[in-house]
Amino acid sequence: MYEFAFHRAADLDAAASLLANADDGRVIAGGQTLVAAMKLRLSAPSDLVDISGIASLAGIRVERGAVVIGAMTTHAAVAASADVIRAIPALADLAGTIGDRMVRNRGTIGGSVANNDPAADYPAAVLALGATVITTQRSITADDFFTGMYETALEPGEIITAVSFPIPRRAGYAKFPNPASRYALAGVFVADFETGVRIGITGGGGGVFRDAAFEEALTRNFSPAAIEGLSVYVESLSGDLHASAEYRAHLVGVMAKRAVTAALADR
Amino acid sequence: MAVPLSLNINGEVRAVDVEPRTLLVDFLRDALGLTGTHIGCDTAQCGACTVLLDGHAVKSCNVLAVQAAGAEVTTIEGVTPADGSLHPMQAAFRDHHGLQCGFCTPGMVMSAIDLVRNNPTPNREEIREALDGNLCRCTGYHNIVTAIEAGARTMQR
Ligand code: FES
Ligand code: FES
Repeated sequence: MYEFAFHRAADLDAAASLLANADDGRVIAGGQTLVAAMKLRLSAPSDLVDISGIASLAGIRVERGAVVIGAMTTHAAVAASADVIRAIPALADLAGTIGDRMVRNRGTIGGSVANNDPAADYPAAVLALGATVITTQRSITADDFFTGMYETALEPGEIITAVSFPIPRRAGYAKFPNPASRYALAGVFVADFETGVRIGITGGGGGVFRDAAFEEALTRNFSPAAIEGLSVYVESLSGDLHASAEYRAHLVGVMAKRAVTAALADR
Repeated sequence: MAVPLSLNINGEVRAVDVEPRTLLVDFLRDALGLTGTHIGCDTAQCGACTVLLDGHAVKSCNVLAVQAAGAEVTTIEGVTPADGSLHPMQAAFRDHHGLQCGFCTPGMVMSAIDLVRNNPTPNREEIREALDGNLCRCTGYHNIVTAIEAGARTMQR
């Protein structure tokens, strides 16, 4: 790992000015992706700004039909939260499948969403639930937030403070994990709202995406049968040593049906 | 450039200067001589380096020492009672042949303690699930699962 200067921010204003004064500063939350990337010298920031001590980034609350989760909330805390389990059980389930036990004790929702790994779990839920990403500067809808592989609408120095998830009628998540990394080879989150069904697909392509054919079919008839035989364009997926694009496309169809089945069992 | 760091290790406050890029596991092993925490990989996958950070199991090779400033860290050395006997989970690993070479064992024991604190009566499936982040090259896991089942029972007494 290359050398860097380490700062612990007492509040968000301090974090912003530490970042502004750094050559190439990065925010560190739980560090479960960033520390690993720095060890491999894939990432070499000049400064790290640790936001873990900022009290306003902690906690989960339910308000006006939404679950609002502070950016520093760990995956383990979301998985175990009675509020999340009651309001959006699929979201708690999803958090409980990220990485492994130790990663979940340390990794945070803000870090995962900001990193936007194309095979990460949270982006599928953020997109399918039409969540709002709240930052130090503004609120960004999920449809505008994820802009490509590891790319988001975040500006330099902008920090995620919370993610607000609208509570659906029912929702489900299913993923086929890579057996070694537990990242999704294909993961599908479905959310059924009064206004229609939204679907978030992760693991397959250049970043999380929706699919109109699945959404329309499920809005008409929320059942696994309604999407029997549906798949995503193979061209929109990527193949690598873990799975071919064709195999991933097949998995998306299978996971979508499982996610709907999970949602139906939920309520 | 080294910076001052103070944290509580196994109930004792330690203040040492460290470089920010020092991993918690290297700090424990090299600066404090706590070599019970092992390094089995370079990629945060094997779990041999598992310690409790403020009571939660984490991979100390994937945490910077400076991130643990002010925190409480418990290593395998810290779970052993002062009289030199074994923690019930350690004893269960010995009694049930939950180890062969023993390299993965400190991490296994720390993960198991974290599991049982959150779920006092885990079944075998839950134990296997909880060991997702701990790799063992020797045992095939069967006896580890049995040891944790037994250790969980003794921890309740
Ligand atoms: S040494 Fe930490 S996970 Fe392998
Ligand atoms: S006992 Fe040898 S690695 Fe587990």
